[in-house]
Amino acid sequence: MAEKIVIENLYKIFGPHPDEAFELLEKGLSKDEIFEKTGTTIGVRDASCTINEGEIFVVMGLSGSGKSTLVRMLNRLIEPTRGKVIIDGNDVTAMDRKDLIQLRRHDMAMVFQSFALMPHKTVVDNAAFGLEVAGVEKAKRDERAMAALDQVGLKANAKSYPSELSGGMQQRVGLARALASDPSILLMDEAFSALDPLIRTEMQDELLALQEKEQRTIVFISHDLDEAMRIGDRIAIMQGGAVVQVGTPEEIVTNPANDYVRSFFYGVDVSQVFSAGDIADRKQVTVVERPGVSVRAALERLREYGRDYAIVTDRGRRYMGMVSSETLTQQLRGDGEPKYAEAFLEDVESVPADMPLAEVLSRVAESRYPVPVVDADGRYMGSITKTVLLQTLDKTG
Amino acid sequence: MAVEQINIPIGPYVEYAVDWVQNNLTGLLDGISATIGFIVNNLEDFLLWVPGWLLALVIIGFGIWRVNWRFGIFAAVAMFLIFGMNLWEETVSTLALVVASSIVALAVGVPLGISMARNDLVEMIIRPVLDFMQTMPPFVYLIPAAIFFGLGKVPGTIATVIFAMPPAVRLTNLGIRQVSKEQVEAGLAFGCTARQLLFKVQLPLAMPSIMAGVNQTIMLALSMVVIASMIGAGGLGNTVLTGIQRLNVGLGFEGGLGVVLLAILLDRITQSFGQARKGKR
Repeated sequence: MAEKIVIENLYKIFGPHPDEAFELLEKGLSKDEIFEKTGTTIGVRDASCTINEGEIFVVMGLSGSGKSTLVRMLNRLIEPTRGKVIIDGNDVTAMDRKDLIQLRRHDMAMVFQSFALMPHKTVVDNAAFGLEVAGVEKAKRDERAMAALDQVGLKANAKSYPSELSGGMQQRVGLARALASDPSILLMDEAFSALDPLIRTEMQDELLALQEKEQRTIVFISHDLDEAMRIGDRIAIMQGGAVVQVGTPEEIVTNPANDYVRSFFYGVDVSQVFSAGDIADRKQVTVVERPGVSVRAALERLREYGRDYAIVTDRGRRYMGMVSSETLTQQLRGDGEPKYAEAFLEDVESVPADMPLAEVLSRVAESRYPVPVVDADGRYMGSITKTVLLQTLDKTG
Repeated sequence: MAVEQINIPIGPYVEYAVDWVQNNLTGLLDGISATIGFIVNNLEDFLLWVPGWLLALVIIGFGIWRVNWRFGIFAAVAMFLIFGMNLWEETVSTLALVVASSIVALAVGVPLGISMARNDLVEMIIRPVLDFMQTMPPFVYLIPAAIFFGLGKVPGTIATVIFAMPPAVRLTNLGIRQVSKEQVEAGLAFGCTARQLLFKVQLPLAMPSIMAGVNQTIMLALSMVVIASMIGAGGLGNTVLTGIQRLNVGLGFEGGLGVVLLAILLDRITQSFGQARKGKR
């Protein structure tokens, strides 16, 4: 894969005394400390990464992490304080105004969170805006704008005004405006964040479909991990102005660089919204009431259902322990009266129903057995197996 | 030293400055006078040359087209009243003064507003000047205007321009500054030059605000034109002034009514231009 955009040691310092801030940065002070001392804000600090041709590169981070600033330095809407941005081998940071305007007109287009359409222009004129500015003649730019509108499915609305369209449709116009000049790079600043979730997913799908047809290099800002995982070929995670990790979604989830990155992973809706009790399943594991069922009968019941594990409860349905067909068999073979108590698996620990899924996740992942869930009174509610967990994550993720 | 003994001679200083301007900037004053005189006189001649019924029809037509048919009827009644009071010539003369001074005020005010919006330093300097211009009692402008330009329509127009300009400047500045940051960024991101950004993004988006400024300027011009009759600007103001001087209530009222009718017509028609743009949003 060819390198499209190379970002080298990029810095942005807002405020009157950047040099002072650099000194403090070198001393290792944090963003907040420097702000307190000098009143200058570190927008981006020492960001380096490479964006490959034709990939969707998602820049993720909380608000204030510098992701918008970083992306705006690619087309110099914000002037970098130090460092280089190299696009197709050309140093953008060294370009004069004329070359920069050519770059913006022909090679990069941008899509904005608030759509930023011109309310006094019709949809087709909005889509043709970049071409108009570039001096393309009217007939030709209308033709290309219509083709772009066709790509986003808005050809029929060409003569409407933006205010007559829904949010999703307005952002399609924003996308068409960016596509009209056929740029090789698309910068998308939280482009779908203002849309409601259903439309957002739809727009993501559409972007992926467009990307399949014409591979552009897309730099996509997002604060939403679900979105990043869905559309990103690679993700860069920013924290306090610095790029802390770059990798494929899988790499980032399986091997987060630090707690901040991990917090995004835990921040996925499912694990916050659900707790253990919500997904505990009764059907996966057989339940045996200790006083009423003998060890032998329990073993037979397990074999009958083809299961490996059973939960043992007392008469009040309170959880007592978990047994496996192996431990039960051992008890039957042994001398003396077979006892449930001695057949309990040792490394099984029940979890309370209100434990957040984020914590349950690791327990289930580490355990060889299903994890039993109990309510506040110790009553057995169900178990969480790896299968149940994966299904839950899959449904909502 | 007692407080009453302090004497800061601001009045004499101002007199001195006015004298200096009069003696040393004669060429500039003559130039301004010639330009403004040319605009006002030609406009007035033209409006008086057009047959009265035709001008009335045009105004009624504007009323129907820009506002609605009911306003057209109102315009017709207003025209009829003005004819009936035998104030047609005075009204047209006032209209010419208002239009001429508004054109000059906008020609100066809008670019000034644009430069204010683009540069914080310029804004910092101009803002207090605007405050000064707006709060100074309008009569005060008559004195230097009369000294520099004598009596008649030209000093009347100049005093009016100064009095009517601030809202055009302010609202142009405000309108451009209110254009959202992302819209400006969008303009730049798609490769606008500074000039394209101004004409394709900032001015069109500021237009409702600028049109409100235009409306305000025209209204202020109308009110000042009446006052300017004291230095011989003529028109309806003159009728009112004569009414005051002779304590002739009827005449004064007729003149006043003419001003009110003209004000309503101008206000509604100019407002409609600002709203039409909003309607498309």
